[in-house]
Amino acid sequence: MINIPVLRWGEPYESLETDEVIHHRTGEVLAKVGQANPGLLARDMRKAARAREVLREIPIKDLVEMMKKAGDLYLNATLPLGDGQQSPDDFARQQSASTGLPEHMCKFNMEKNHFVLNNMDQILDALTRGLDISILERGFGVEDRGVPVSYQAQSPVLGMVLPSNSPGVHTLWMPVIPMQIGLILKPGPQEPWTPYRMFAAFTEAGVPKECMGIYPGGPDMGAETVSRCNRVMIFGSTQTVKNYAGNEEVQVHGPGYSKILLGDDVVDQWEDYIDLMADSVYKNSGRGCINCSGVWASRHTEEIAEALAEKVGNYDVKDPTDPEAGLAAFTVPNQAEAVWGMIEEGCEESGTTHVTAKYGDRLVQMERCDYIRPTILHCDSPDLKMSNTEYMFPFTSVVNCPQEKMIEKIGGTLVASAITNDEAWAAQLTDATNIDRLNIGPLPTIALNWLQPHEGSIVDFLFRARAYQTPDERLQRLCNAS
Amino acid sequence: MKTWVTMVPPLHRRDFMAELEQKTTEAKAQLDAHAVDIVKWHFSPETGCSFWLDWAKEAGWDPVKDIKSFDDIIAKFPHFQDEWLRDLQPEVWVPQEFEGQPFNIFETGGTTGMPKQRIGWNDYKVDYSEFSDTLDDEAFPRNHYWLMVGPTGPRRLRLAIEHLANVRGCSCYFVDLDPRWVKRLIGEKQFDQAKAYMEHVVDQATTIMKHRKVSALFTTPKLLESIAERCEEEGGSLYESGVRGVFCGGTTMDPQYTRFLCEELLENKIGFVPTYGNTLMGLAKHKPLTSEDKYSITYYAPQPRAVLRVVNPDVTDEPVDYEQWGRVELTTLTKEFFMPRFLERDEAIRRAPIDIYPWDGVAEVRPFGALTKKIVEGVY
Repeated sequence: MINIPVLRWGEPYESLETDEVIHHRTGEVLAKVGQANPGLLARDMRKAARAREVLREIPIKDLVEMMKKAGDLYLNATLPLGDGQQSPDDFARQQSASTGLPEHMCKFNMEKNHFVLNNMDQILDALTRGLDISILERGFGVEDRGVPVSYQAQSPVLGMVLPSNSPGVHTLWMPVIPMQIGLILKPGPQEPWTPYRMFAAFTEAGVPKECMGIYPGGPDMGAETVSRCNRVMIFGSTQTVKNYAGNEEVQVHGPGYSKILLGDDVVDQWEDYIDLMADSVYKNSGRGCINCSGVWASRHTEEIAEALAEKVGNYDVKDPTDPEAGLAAFTVPNQAEAVWGMIEEGCEESGTTHVTAKYGDRLVQMERCDYIRPTILHCDSPDLKMSNTEYMFPFTSVVNCPQEKMIEKIGGTLVASAITNDEAWAAQLTDATNIDRLNIGPLPTIALNWLQPHEGSIVDFLFRARAYQTPDERLQRLCNAS
Repeated sequence: MKTWVTMVPPLHRRDFMAELEQKTTEAKAQLDAHAVDIVKWHFSPETGCSFWLDWAKEAGWDPVKDIKSFDDIIAKFPHFQDEWLRDLQPEVWVPQEFEGQPFNIFETGGTTGMPKQRIGWNDYKVDYSEFSDTLDDEAFPRNHYWLMVGPTGPRRLRLAIEHLANVRGCSCYFVDLDPRWVKRLIGEKQFDQAKAYMEHVVDQATTIMKHRKVSALFTTPKLLESIAERCEEEGGSLYESGVRGVFCGGTTMDPQYTRFLCEELLENKIGFVPTYGNTLMGLAKHKPLTSEDKYSITYYAPQPRAVLRVVNPDVTDEPVDYEQWGRVELTTLTKEFFMPRFLERDEAIRRAPIDIYPWDGVAEVRPFGALTKKIVEGVY
């Protein structure tokens, strides 16, 4: 059992209040995590400017190199964690034990984080659209095409209110430090592992510890993070997304409702894409916002649903240490039962069919955790309640919908993989503002190109392009000096 | 610099325990005698109030004859119903002895609808005069000025604090906070309005602090945080503003939060007196914090005038064991007011008697069910 302290600008603070992180199968206490009271952050935020100052003392190119080194340390090294040490295997085991994600998926997530850190130069280049990085450092400069530009940081730190159930989200904040912006992390109660291991890797790689704070705590701590940071990223429900709509200081990552859309021109060859669909539904335990939760087509939908059910319906619960384990546990008491109750209720609506029913019970209840096995529904209309839902396990509704109505009916969609050669429809999809990440062609929803922005560019979120005018002589002198 | 978390000098344990046992026995005897007197007072036609006299007629037993100790009160009386304080006119609580004397009407709670009301004459002065004896003159200098930032209005607290200040030769400034409005705003998710109201209160408080000499501050934890934050934003601190002592109460203060207040806001330089009280009880005193307490605050009722027990929430006749959580039950025993076995909307840890308060204490008080449901405490 490890004791993990609050980190106040890198300094450990032993809180008198702790929260236990529990193994979802055995009940073992994996760690006691110090809980911050909101007032600590309120006070510490008065020194937030210092976080950016210490980072600005280091050139971005050096910070990028530190990220690469940190990525290697994160993936391969034994690093300090609270009053103990943590090897890479410990990390995967602990993360799996508290989040319910199978161990091999935790290791895959480590690879993913490592990839992002190791390719930080390319990622920054892509996210800034090839901007000379010294312009970001200096705040202004002249582009290659001779145009003066200025980018102003909108906050000395980015606040992150992180979830417990999806370790994949951590890639979102990794480019922040090399952009010379500090970090305030409020970890999810069951996933303190990544923020603390990243902090250890970053500092070991040379990043100044004063640029990061980690404040575990309850919902009031999350609210304080939102209210104190000028830029904050949070994760939540559709309602949370609505609550912060139009608030430029808060970027909300809500449910994905990601979908595969089969065009009328290819739908008769649906069997060619069934593996792609199954992967999109099932891989990484179906928990991510980029996992497919709807397959939409104008015909053959019953056959597609049956074929998908045959592909994934037999997958069973396995021990999280089993390399073949594909399902993640629900570790919050009663959550799986409630989710399954909602699905059963939805299936009572005429036109909705539970297609995986023939492959056995879906809800598997254990002493300390529960599972729901992959579930495929068929909806004969896009207007049915279950046609546009998302749950944190492999779940998909196969929806019958005319192609011409699809863009309107799919609603907000994080990833749409539209399999079509119909360029007229592709053009409409390109213009559809309810789709965030658009894949045209046979691409699984889970295939992410790290050089592309995710739910808006983090550079645009943290920096504002603005006018900056000064005599050419001064501009040239300052730009050439650095 | 004076540290307010101090070490208690070591005592010979055996002597200490024997002495404590003796004091506990004496306190129990005093409570028993007081309980018998108070019951006799409230249930005798020549001194009692109409509510209890009428109640006794229906009870089927005679409190004057049958109550021979405090334990008898626990065994024989049902829990006091808070509806009685809402639904009945105040005069039913007037003991014969006080007949014809105008009384104060104090209110508690009442976010919506009719609030609970308790009448009184001098009880609050007794409680707070006694409380004054526990205060350190260095933190709460005599003949100076206080500021109370919190619920005034129909609450007993406003008069009580002014009385406490006066007893010490001080005068008190007041900034009102209406907790009913805050709870309503929070209940309706009007967080911006709640925040704006809090800012309004803090503006008034810091204006007084800037323009007047204030050495003692009585406020709620959240307001204390905001007032300290405002002082620091303006380049100062509570200490630099002249504050030397702080009374704090009204909402939950768990050990970490208490530590935060002492270390970060009060800088271990300002005297800290946590308080637990309400209109129905009066004011409980806290055990002076030592390093062994790890900032866990224990309160002791102003016994024998009020008794706090920590009971099993499911079987409320039974106290929980020491160091266990349970629901707080209050019995008030004064000539002005008799209230047996009222179940507070609080839960606490039962703590053992201590030398200066040789009866049970209640620690780490928080709203009842705080771990299982969302409680609106707000800024108050």
